[in-house]
Amino acid sequence: MSAARGFDWRRTPGLGTFTALVFVFVYAPLVVLVVYAFNASNLALVWGGFSVEWFAKALGNENLRRAATNSVIVAVVATVAATLLALPAALALERGRAFRGKAAAEGLVALPLVAPEIVTAIATLVFFSAIGLRLGLGNVALAHIVFCIPFAMLPMRARLREMSPDVENAARDLYADEWQVFRRVTLPLMAPGVVAGAMLAFIVSLDDFLITLMVADAGATTLPVYLYGMLRLGVTPEANAAATILLAVSVTVVVVATLVMRRGERAVAA
Amino acid sequence: MSAALAPAITPAPAAPTAPGLAARTVTLLVPAVAVIVLFMVVPMLIAAGYSFLTAGAYGGVRLPLTADAYVRFLFDRDLDDSLIFDTTYIGIFARSFVLAVLTTLFCVAIGLPLAWFIACRERRARDALLLAITIPFWTNLLVRTYCWVLILRDQGLLNGALQASGLTSAPITFLYSNEAILLGLVYSFLPFMVLPIYAVVEKIDPRLIEAGHDLYAGRLAVFRHIVWPLARPGIAAGTLLVFVPALGAFLAPDLLGGGKKLMIGSLIQLQFTSSRNWPFGAAAAMILMALVLVGLVVMARRRGAGAPR
Repeated sequence: MSAARGFDWRRTPGLGTFTALVFVFVYAPLVVLVVYAFNASNLALVWGGFSVEWFAKALGNENLRRAATNSVIVAVVATVAATLLALPAALALERGRAFRGKAAAEGLVALPLVAPEIVTAIATLVFFSAIGLRLGLGNVALAHIVFCIPFAMLPMRARLREMSPDVENAARDLYADEWQVFRRVTLPLMAPGVVAGAMLAFIVSLDDFLITLMVADAGATTLPVYLYGMLRLGVTPEANAAATILLAVSVTVVVVATLVMRRGERAVAA
Repeated sequence: MSAALAPAITPAPAAPTAPGLAARTVTLLVPAVAVIVLFMVVPMLIAAGYSFLTAGAYGGVRLPLTADAYVRFLFDRDLDDSLIFDTTYIGIFARSFVLAVLTTLFCVAIGLPLAWFIACRERRARDALLLAITIPFWTNLLVRTYCWVLILRDQGLLNGALQASGLTSAPITFLYSNEAILLGLVYSFLPFMVLPIYAVVEKIDPRLIEAGHDLYAGRLAVFRHIVWPLARPGIAAGTLLVFVPALGAFLAPDLLGGGKKLMIGSLIQLQFTSSRNWPFGAAAAMILMALVLVGLVVMARRRGAGAPR
């Protein structure tokens, strides 16, 4: 009927242009950064030719390499620990029974998502100072595990919610014990959610700046904190290159995590 | 993930209970909850305690107990120890609040049409657009804020372009203004608004819209009477996700505001670094946390009262 009138409510005039402009707004600044990082000239409006000189310079910087190594160590530790903690909690919240305090537990595990980052940062700093904990990189990793838990849990819970419990119940009817149900049925089915959750935890840890800035000692600097120090000294092509590397790693992990999750969705739908 | 994550941000439907897991529900939750209580709740309580102590000379805290940190928000202590009303810190809180409100409004104004456009596409286009809006959501905030420094600074892209085109002869100072901070905040948190709004408008039954048009409603009327009311839970969820981080933001005021136009986040950070006044910083953090909790409770109440389920 709407076709007969030549009217389609799905096509609001001007909305396509508006959306295109928003995407330009979102992506243009990132493109500017990448172009600067590959620009042989360090003048803002002069294209001096394609060059990887600034990347070579950034990678030749020993402090930057150490900060990058620290970032990866912290992110790996935080990812493994947060995923192992989030998995049983996700199962309990999506498949477990209701109990008194369930809402409170749910609120607690979501706390790192709702607390302003600066509050988490100074509370952690104060806590480590009060108990006298000085583990260097260990302090940073501990802080990261905490805020990675809810991020790791998001895709796991989303996945469990999509999965019909019928398959698991069928396994129970066939006398599988709880561990066999988990190991043989639930875990393989929710695997894409677990992988996506681990990747989110990894990216959130890798990207964290503020909490690390407040918690890390001099020797435990991560890449974003080191980059911040570079930026404070002024805009340099080397800093542009370092920022571009960080950007490339985030984008790669996000795209891979999304594809893993999508493949899982299709598998469930099929 | 983007499609799967968006619903995770919005209220969860009731989960089916597996009988076998029932006995172990609490046990399975204990590790995660214990870690968060020990490393997040306890630290916040300690920080709350610190806010009632006296600042140590080199950072840290010492006795005696005092509420001075909170008094400082409103009063400046004069030489003769009398208290004078002082608006410096109230001003910083007010600026943060106004900037966070404006950020939220801009994000709704941009995010709602964008989410609607995405929801009206075919499945494949929707997935691609969602991924495209999700990518910046997970990329480094420091890097994204820094990109705007490259564009806005005196020798930056925008000034270069303006001068090359002959529109201006001298650089215009875009950085270190409230507008630059606002731009940075909207840029930082826009995806937080788009995803939850998308999650609800995507579920709007097309028949409702067609029925509206069949009854001679124009686009505006359909939007006002159908889309807007149904999008409101998503806008509410997005508001929380945008407003809270915007209120406590550190990077946008620091890099784009030049550390001169302070917001609460930068004020707190300063107290634990160069200003070395831990109790005052802890007090500011507690006030911020209290504001956030009040917001959360209000939202939960409204959700509880207005939710159809």
